[in-house]
Amino acid sequence: MIEELLQSSPGWANFGIFFLLGAVLLLIVLGFVTYGILAERKVLGYMQLRHGPNQVGGKWGLLQTVADVLKLLLKEDIIPKAADKPLFIIAPAIAFAPSFMVLATMPFTDKFQFADIGVGLLYYIAVSGLTVFGMVLGGWASNNKYALLGGMRAAAQMISYEIPLVMSVLGVILLTGSLNLNEIVTHQEHGWFILLQPIGFIVFFIASIAELNRTPFDLPESENELVAGYHVEYSGFRWAFFMLAEYVYLFAMSALITVVFLGGWLAPFGFLDFIPGAVWFALKFSVVVFIYIWLRATLPRFRADRLMEFGWKVLLPIALANIFLTALLKSLFF
Amino acid sequence: MELLNVYQNNYLIVFAFLCLGVLLPVVALYLGKLLRPHVPSDAKYTTYESGIEPFHDSRVQFNVRYYIFALMFVIFDVETVFLYPWAVAYDKLGIFALVEMLIFVAMLLIGLIYAWKKKVLQWI
Repeated sequence: MIEELLQSSPGWANFGIFFLLGAVLLLIVLGFVTYGILAERKVLGYMQLRHGPNQVGGKWGLLQTVADVLKLLLKEDIIPKAADKPLFIIAPAIAFAPSFMVLATMPFTDKFQFADIGVGLLYYIAVSGLTVFGMVLGGWASNNKYALLGGMRAAAQMISYEIPLVMSVLGVILLTGSLNLNEIVTHQEHGWFILLQPIGFIVFFIASIAELNRTPFDLPESENELVAGYHVEYSGFRWAFFMLAEYVYLFAMSALITVVFLGGWLAPFGFLDFIPGAVWFALKFSVVVFIYIWLRATLPRFRADRLMEFGWKVLLPIALANIFLTALLKSLFF
Repeated sequence: MELLNVYQNNYLIVFAFLCLGVLLPVVALYLGKLLRPHVPSDAKYTTYESGIEPFHDSRVQFNVRYYIFALMFVIFDVETVFLYPWAVAYDKLGIFALVEMLIFVAMLLIGLIYAWKKKVLQWI
């Protein structure tokens, strides 16, 4: 049915169907964010020998995030007098929209996927780069010193780590010969790219943490020096959209790592094929999310000067060397 | 013709996702407007500055370092624009293209080393 739909000539009816299917994915993502936040708080809690949320919604605090969202929805919306009002209002939307857009090309399983475009990986990287505009605009429009500093730091950090990020996947592209995410997954039938591209994977993973603004790279919103960084003046639901964008990116980045380096929906061994691809994808995806949370509990925050030097002096040369090493190995052995 | 339809439909999906991404904040903030209280007072609308009265505008002249990093970013991002098609077509291009790309990247690396020696990459 979907095949026929894709082959029919595009029109409003098609758009309506795609819109509805996309809305279903949006609900799934919102569900993930709700329980991803809870999982993060629970895991962090147990790692620090405390319980985490355990009051709302039973012993596990299952309704904690739902209650938090409702509280945010009912909070008064404050726009400071000194702020640039139009920019202040559209900044959260600019930050959020790309975070959902990147999911359009993500192949979750061989059946459950949306757009199958030729430049999938490039599309992800290009669109995810737009979010930094939302952060800088939000920080600048607030007309607050902390917010401006946080916004500038976010911009400097995200552009610095975007370079190692895009360069480290080049090894994968060299081996696959395609930017299409489906082809990248099917290429991993005989070996995941985490095994063929260990250096590329490590660089990509570190750079992805910086792109997500998570600890140890959470300088743009470091609570104890910049209060909250670029969103210090935001309250209520506008603030919620910055947070939502962050967690939707966590979802998208974990899915991307699963697809590019961990073989997507493929089973690790041939004889495990009877388990459906969706289960494999969910398992690998959960492991990646857990590692992100684990790192947050383990590592302290980087110092601002070390952060920039690490990106430019360590990650960038390694990523460049990895490209040529891969190209050389490919022309010698493949 | 069918291939063209598939192509267009795939980008129509991307457009549908863009619409959803914009609509969610608009709808949620509009619904929130109906629910949330609105009790304005002057003190609420001042800029937050850890308790002291905010003084002068925050949009002052800024450290030039951020600008230099932006310039470096542009150089290396343009480099990746050349590296991506090269990587995709590497099978057809072969070893000659590898040497060529090596020369191209080496020239940019000289720039990076220059910036390194000039202490541009050092954050103070």
